[in-house]
Amino acid sequence: MSFLTIDHVTHHYFLANSYKKALKDISLSIKQGEFVALLGPSGCGKSTLLSIIAGIVKHTSGEVLLENKPIKPTDKTIGYMLQQDYLFPWKTIMENVMIGPKIHKSNDPAILTKAETLLNQVGLTGISEAYPESLSGGMRQRVALVRTLLNNPKILLLDEPFSALDYQTKLKLEDLVSTTLKAFNKTAILVTHDIGEAIAMADRIFVMEANPGMISKVFEVPIELRQEAPFSVRKHPKYQVLFDKVWEELEDKEGKTEE
Amino acid sequence: MAPETKTDSQLFQQYKYNLKREKRIIITWQLALLIAFVGLWEIASRLYWIDPLLFSSPSEVTQVLISNMADGSMLKHIQITLFETIAGFIIGTLVGIIFASVLWSSSRFSKIMDPYLVIMNAMPKVALGPILIVALGTGYVSIIAMGALISVIITTLVIYNAFNEVDPNYEKVLRSFGATRWQQFKEAIFPATLPAMISTLKVNVGLSWVGVIVGEFLVAKQGLGYLIIYGFQVFDFSLVLSSLVLIAIFAAIMYKVVEKLEGRLIRSKT
Ligand SMILES: Nc1ncnc2c1ncn2[C@@H]1O[C@H](COP(=O)(O)OP(=O)(O)O)[C@@H](O)[C@H]1O
Ligand SMILES: [Mg+2]
Repeated sequence: MSFLTIDHVTHHYFLANSYKKALKDISLSIKQGEFVALLGPSGCGKSTLLSIIAGIVKHTSGEVLLENKPIKPTDKTIGYMLQQDYLFPWKTIMENVMIGPKIHKSNDPAILTKAETLLNQVGLTGISEAYPESLSGGMRQRVALVRTLLNNPKILLLDEPFSALDYQTKLKLEDLVSTTLKAFNKTAILVTHDIGEAIAMADRIFVMEANPGMISKVFEVPIELRQEAPFSVRKHPKYQVLFDKVWEELEDKEGKTEE
Repeated sequence: MAPETKTDSQLFQQYKYNLKREKRIIITWQLALLIAFVGLWEIASRLYWIDPLLFSSPSEVTQVLISNMADGSMLKHIQITLFETIAGFIIGTLVGIIFASVLWSSSRFSKIMDPYLVIMNAMPKVALGPILIVALGTGYVSIIAMGALISVIITTLVIYNAFNEVDPNYEKVLRSFGATRWQQFKEAIFPATLPAMISTLKVNVGLSWVGVIVGEFLVAKQGLGYLIIYGFQVFDFSLVLSSLVLIAIFAAIMYKVVEKLEGRLIRSKT
């Protein structure tokens, strides 16, 4: 039943003269095709949790299982999108998109066609030979999405991928990512500190608190909202109701840390 | 509408004209300085304000250059020094980049090497000249080694630092695709530091000249450095100054070539 299981994961960062308990006893499980959001103030360990799931950071204790098996970074089961696009400026768009197959030394001729199809699907036509610097922030983030999807990852990790964009581009991209992931039935974890974005995109929202990083509350997004694209969700009457509840929870936790 | 666009383009013409004018002024001043310097040198020498035996004169230097060029002897010296300098420069830069890559590949190794690199960098490399000669003989191999040695440590340090300054998120992206450390190096670290490498080339041009000339001072029987020492020993200061002029010209040409290369490489990469 559970696709991704995170079981009592704790993580410490050790420094020369101190240590930081970044995550304490995180447990959650995510179903196949589910879209969840991690919401919380900066420094509560959201990025750390994603890096642990990706296998890039080794956690101190606990277990992370994908389909009941531990994740290895070489499995190409993980797709990672970061706050910035991190396209390689010296590679063309097509070379950037094809970096995954290149690393896996894949010589499947169909992959190039697939890359072109995906680029078209996200509305990027005729830019394969361009370099990233000639593209706008929104276009570059769409290229990064294609680069991630091309490897057909089982799970997508989105670390604040819209936060560096202007508001209009951000709303459009939310719609695009949401519908694309739904179309491919992808499981995804979105990290954000934007309540609206979490409600608009996710099926479930894990609210986190800091020092140490823990999950403080889980919100189910009502079914009526889940069926809508993010842009329409924001106009739905139930959106504001959930927004207020999540807001209250975050305020509550913030108040506690300030004491 | 029409008159306004005209003013816009007029303003642009004006701007371009000013730019050209500024450039002309600067070149005129540069030439004037050169002529003033050469002229003053000639006059000072003729009127015995300075001792012409020691400081020679532009006309003397030109004469020495022409006669030595004519019989081909100068050409030989130039060839040898240029060969040694270019070889030292290329070897020093390449070995430096390779060292930096090895350091990057193991952070433990780089920590172990750290104090040795600091010592070797602080050490005046030319002081190792006699040891090089003992080890490698009195031929051009020692001189090339000197030209390379003087730039290799600083290249290693600068490039290793540049490797470490590459945004770690590039590595993160590649690791999420399952890239090995070597693949991370090849796809992100190395290309991202190419501009830093090219700017060390410019520094290394100058350093290699220092290494080679000092090397020639110590052992050579040929080359521009040898000519300087020889001219000094036989009290032919026109020869010394001719060699200096040649060194200045060729070092400047080499620097310009590297600069052109930089422009070309950086443009093709972006
Ligand atoms: N590499 C690291 N070394 C030491 N401390 C770190 C490191 N990365 C993150 N931290 C600390 O761990 C905590 C959680 O960080 P992070 O996961 O980046 O939070 P978030 O993404 O929610 O803003 C922060 O207090 C941060 O300072
Ligand atoms: Mg973060």
